[in-house]
Formats: sequence, structure tokens, C-alpha cells
Amino acid sequence: MESIQAKQGLVGPNDPIQRTQLPYVTGTSVVALKYKDGILMAADMGGSYGSTIRYKSVERIKPIGKHSLLGASGEISDFQELLRNLDELILYDNMWDDGNSLGPKELHSYLTRVMYNRRNKFDPLWNSLVLGGVKNGQKYLGMVSMIGVNFEDSHVATGFGNHLARPILRDEWHENLSYEDGVKLLEKCMRVLLYRDRSAVNKLQIAKITEEGTTISQPYALKTFWGFTAFQNPTAGAEGSW
Amino acid sequence: MTKQHPAWSPYDNNGGTCVAIAGADYCVTAADTRMSTGYSILSRDYSKIIKLADKCVMASSGFQADVKALQKLLAARHLIYQHQHNKQMSCPAMGQLLSNTLYYKRFFPYYSFNVLGGLDNEGKGCVYTYDAVGSYERVGYSSQGSGSTLIMPFLDNQLKSPSPLLLPAQDAVTPLSEAEAVDLVKTCFASATERDIYTGDKLEIVVLNKDGIHREYMELRKD
Repeated sequence: MESIQAKQGLVGPNDPIQRTQLPYVTGTSVVALKYKDGILMAADMGGSYGSTIRYKSVERIKPIGKHSLLGASGEISDFQELLRNLDELILYDNMWDDGNSLGPKELHSYLTRVMYNRRNKFDPLWNSLVLGGVKNGQKYLGMVSMIGVNFEDSHVATGFGNHLARPILRDEWHENLSYEDGVKLLEKCMRVLLYRDRSAVNKLQIAKITEEGTTISQPYALKTFWGFTAFQNPTAGAEGSW
Repeated sequence: MTKQHPAWSPYDNNGGTCVAIAGADYCVTAADTRMSTGYSILSRDYSKIIKLADKCVMASSGFQADVKALQKLLAARHLIYQHQHNKQMSCPAMGQLLSNTLYYKRFFPYYSFNVLGGLDNEGKGCVYTYDAVGSYERVGYSSQGSGSTLIMPFLDNQLKSPSPLLLPAQDAVTPLSEAEAVDLVKTCFASATERDIYTGDKLEIVVLNKDGIHREYMELRKD
């Protein structure tokens, strides 16, 4: 009897509230770095539904206001909700018409608080966020995790990128990277991720932000070579017990 | 089907080690600058030490997001204190405030492990050491965080503080000179870095004495 009453809707009046504790559609790594004139950021366009690559044209890098770029991995819908919130924030800030605007530093600080507040409510936004930007000649690059852990660095990467891209960046990154060298370095990272991260797809965007403004590239593919003998027979030379 | 995802946790351990040593007229506070999660390093240059007042610094390890929230709260409380009393908070006062702030969240704790270093109202070095829920004690030296199990017994051996059970109470400050204390801290971290994977990259040392505040750095192993 009790169960019939409770099952009238999907959620019964006495059921505990359920919050997002597992993500549905997710994006994989974001990689970003500082270069001579600003920030470069790269992300592929895959949207995974569990281990199925369900979407192949998801934009995971977006400009926020005039001075910032936001990249996200993790739950795509949470990211898109966050974008709507930020759009409103920027709009209301703009309506003061006082010539002030939120820079990357302020936005990163704000995002940090949003993520941390949601984790305090046990209702997290399931994302790792990368925020880059330039304002008043100051370059800024930072990261925020799902539970509010945040920091700045000269290069950052989320998820698999932290394992596969950052070691490359630590070897090859320097303060005076030109735009061309920066893009080359990001492409090298994205290619490694494409080879080794099963959620990565060969369709990516690279975004640039400088004092002059934001440009996000059209989606494009990296050149790959799958003919390595290690790819053809990956277990050769690796003796196992079975 | 069995559960494939681990349950979500509101906590993480970002590692890090903190040390503070009080002397007769100085206080040395130190922490490494590595921030980790699991087996990954997030940053090699993240400062764990903040100045809370003119004669009071806090070094914190544990969960970075909680630490940051705690730091912001203490900074805000200190600003109000300055507006109300027109002076800087003393280190013993900040020590009590930190304890109360931690205990306020007794049932959803700040996962942070702190040492507070500074100078007391007589200009003597003082160190306060905490657990995550606000238990605290004034001591002559202390270590907190991931490398504390390696460092604390070494400090006990080197600094031999008088028993707190002695009557009349003995001064807990160490007999070392400022330069000797700084050297001891460097040795502690160089050693802890060898065995603790959450300690390394760089050491940040903050020295407080009658001349003011002064920061120095030493490189640590990066592996």
C-alpha cells in the first residue's frame, strides 16, 4: 500500500532529495598555457555518454566578458548552466555603465566560490574549469575543480591532461613562447591525448586571448599516424602471465 | 549491477607540510609549495603561508578549498577587528579566533591542518598548533600536514622542550638562534621530501622578529 502511494511520481514526498552524484554527458581534457601576448587554450569537441562518444561538436571553450576565456571538462549541462549564469552576471555588471568590467582574476575568484558553495550544499557542478584571460597587460591563467580546489599557474590541464600534457608542458614551456610555438605545443599535447585518452576525438578548437580580444578557431583535426609498430602489436615484448 | 563510480566526496587531500619554531625574540614559520591530488601534482608553486596580522602568520595544509575559505574568513574577521579596535590583532588572539572558527564547523569540518606562528604581546616567539576541529595548544615548535610524522619526532629530538607538566611552568621557546632555527627547518624539509611524496618542489620560510617580517625560499626535490 505504502509503495503504491510513493510511486505516483518519480520522486515520492518522503524520498530523500537526490543531487547530481554522477555525470551524464562529459567532456574530456582542457589544456591551456600562457604565451608571449596572452593565453592559448585547447579542447576537443567530444561529448561522452559514459564510454559512448555521443556528441562530436560540443564547444567547451567560451569567451566570458571582454577579457576572459572559460574552458570546461566534465558534465556538459552543468557547464552550459554555468555559462548562462555568467552571461547574466556580465550583463548586470555591464548595466552599471561605469566603465568597469570583470577581469579574469575576478571571474576566477567568483567561479571558485560558486564551485565551493555547490560542494558545501553537496550538489556539485561536475566540472573542472580553466579560466584564462588578459586585462591591463596582465596575463591570467587558473583552474577550479569540482570541489573548489583552485590555483594559478603558467600552464594548466584538466583530467587526463594533467597526466599526459603537463609533463610535456613542464619540459617545453617558457615565458616567451610565440603564438606559432604555443599552438604547436598545444597541438603536441592534444595529439598525445588523442592517442592515449579513449574519450578524446580528433576534432578540436584552439582559442586565443590577448589584450586585443578573443578568437576561437574553427573546429579542425590533427594529422595522425597510426602505423607505429607499437600500435599494430601493442603486446609485443610485454610478456604477461596469460 | 555493482557500483562503478566511487561515491562523490566533498573532501580531497592536497598534501603539504608546515613547521613553526618559536625562539626568544623570533618565530620561524615554513611550508613547502607543492599542491597534490592523489599521485598527481597540481602545482609546484602554491604558497601555503599567509600573513593574518602584522605579527601573525598561518601555514596550512590539507584540503586546499577549505584552507582558502578559512583564510578568507580570518582575513575578513581581522578587517572587522581593525575597524572596531583600531589595531592589529595579537597572535594569541588570532590563535583563539582560529580555534573558534574551526570548532564552529565541528560537524562539517574544515579539513585543514594549521600552525600559527608569530610574536606575543611581549615580543616573544609563539607557536599554536591545531587539529581540524579546533583543539589547540601553545607550544615552542610544531609540525602539521603530510610530512609531520617525519618531522615532529626529529624536532622533539633536536629541541627537547621542557615537559608541560613541570611546575612552575617552563618557557616553551627554543634555545636556538634565529639562523640556527632557519637551518634546522631547512634540514627538516630536505629530509621529509626524501620520503613524503606530498612534500617537495620548494620551501617557503617566513621569519618574524622585532625588525618585521622576512621571506626566503629554498629549492626542494621535484620528484
